Amino acid sequence: MLFMTRTLPFLFCFAFGITGFAIYYVPHQWAQSVEREFALWLRLVYAFSYILGLVSLLSLHWSKIRQRQAGWAYSLVVYISFGVMFLFVVYNDGKGPFTSQATTGPYQWVFTSIHVASSATMFSLLAFYISSAAYRTFRARTPEAAILLVSAIIVMLGRVPIGAYISDVIPDTMQWLMSVPNMAAKRGILMGVSLGAIATSLRIIFGIERSYLGGAGD
Amino acid sequence: MSKIASWIAVAGVALHVAAGAQVPVDIVAFDTPNDAGGSLTITWPRAEMSAVSSYRVYVATAADGPFRLAAESATPGLKSGEPALFGYDDDNERFHVVHIRDYATGQADERAPLQNGTLYFVRLGAQTATGEVLGAVASAVPGGNWFNTAKWNNLILTFGLSVCILFYISIARRKDLFIRRIAGLEALDEALGRATEMGKSVLFIHGLKGMDQISTIAAVNILGCVAQRTARFDTDLRVANVDPVVMSVSQEMVKEAYLKEGRPDAYRPDNVFMAATEQFSYAAAVAGMMVRERPAAHIMMGYFYAESLLLAETGSTTGAIQIAGTDAYTQLPFFVTTCDYTLMGEELYAASAYLSREPKLLGSLKGQDVGKALLIGLLVVGTVVATFGVDFLTHLFAAL
Repeated sequence: MLFMTRTLPFLFCFAFGITGFAIYYVPHQWAQSVEREFALWLRLVYAFSYILGLVSLLSLHWSKIRQRQAGWAYSLVVYISFGVMFLFVVYNDGKGPFTSQATTGPYQWVFTSIHVASSATMFSLLAFYISSAAYRTFRARTPEAAILLVSAIIVMLGRVPIGAYISDVIPDTMQWLMSVPNMAAKRGILMGVSLGAIATSLRIIFGIERSYLGGAGD
Repeated sequence: MSKIASWIAVAGVALHVAAGAQVPVDIVAFDTPNDAGGSLTITWPRAEMSAVSSYRVYVATAADGPFRLAAESATPGLKSGEPALFGYDDDNERFHVVHIRDYATGQADERAPLQNGTLYFVRLGAQTATGEVLGAVASAVPGGNWFNTAKWNNLILTFGLSVCILFYISIARRKDLFIRRIAGLEALDEALGRATEMGKSVLFIHGLKGMDQISTIAAVNILGCVAQRTARFDTDLRVANVDPVVMSVSQEMVKEAYLKEGRPDAYRPDNVFMAATEQFSYAAAVAGMMVRERPAAHIMMGYFYAESLLLAETGSTTGAIQIAGTDAYTQLPFFVTTCDYTLMGEELYAASAYLSREPKLLGSLKGQDVGKALLIGLLVVGTVVATFGVDFLTHLFAAL
């Protein structure tokens, strides 16, 4: 049993990790076909895993409806939306479920007019959230916050025409802030991230870290 | 006036050719390096004067033809434009280069691809004012390559850093290593303790990426450590997922952690759930949960996009302790602004090692830090030598 739950997954991880690493350096068509095969299997695994996700989602909302938890009506909306969309997908604008999805019809309409519009609404909330977060952060209570406040004002003014109207120095300073201190910090973070990714990959490939198999460090 | 100038130019070319200074059309043909095959590369010297209006490359499967048109260009590229294949030699400015993958079959617009392992004969034709000047025939066989030589620098650097990390892992087995304090991880116990005291739940939020991303693996590892603590403190842990594979792995992680703490009865599979599969649906679902259920602590780990601020700002209005960790540098300012503690960049990867205090894992952190110090040293030296006009180090580390 331990072989199936620990050793075999580790062996798979080691073999696929080393193969994936090698493929990056091998441009030969055989290597590319192996990579394509990996990607295909990954898509297959993902396709099946979506069933698990669906079961989890429906079961979560079912328990909310059953127990009449706070906001259970939203869970009812999830069920109704799922049912309606499922019917529209099967209907497929009159073409039935065994052909590729039609680019017109009720499914596309609901997706574009409700789902996309709702997502855009959520995204647009960011403008307000940025304002409230910026308000809290820009209160110059510490030297660091004061520097942040001054930099932010310069960058904001430098990005709009009124900045250049006030002074030519503002857009130039904004450009310097973006391409020197900002770029340096960004590259520093990226360098650390890359090294961290190498270290984590090594730990996983060589089985030093197996907590993702369940049970930290076993 | 321009007509007179063009006549003078043509006359100049005619005299030039008549004088024996021929348009350079002798080529070197070879299999294109660092590719999967099916391609040949042709190089030839750049004409010294603008005597050539365009170049044509012809291909045949026999030395005596028939030669078919494979490529035509009035302004073929230079070897200096492809450092991945030809390096940074100053001489590269003096040579044209063309890659051919197929040729016209002579039937309508049909083109035949070059086949690996087949011998092809190639010749160059230069279109001049006096007609086409054809060069000598060269031959080459296209084929796939087993190593991308442009990635030598990457391989050596990766190998060097890997040796450094593995060396420190071996050292860590023998002696204790000093690891700098990471405030965000030190605060984890405080956040979980607060949730326990308040009798409220802890909400763990995964980023948007799937299980094939290092940041997600790091987040799942942190989840294991968090789950062990919540099992120990008997605190409710809820894990919102956007990816079904991550959800399955997370369920397994949490279950295992509860088992390890001797609390298998406290594990509830429904607490590790799919919130949504779309970015903003996920943000809406999790934000709703934060507002309705009011968890005492929000732990956001993984790779986030625009939903980061939606989640963190909503969370901050609920008064929960927020700890975030991401390697998405574009989202870091949002987390720093709205969360109590933020793990930046590689701290996310270091978290599971830091929390577990496993010597081998801590050794890898030390190796990582030493690797970073080496890179910083190289950056400083590279900056100094590049300032003095020496590009050797810049070229050595160029991603080609």
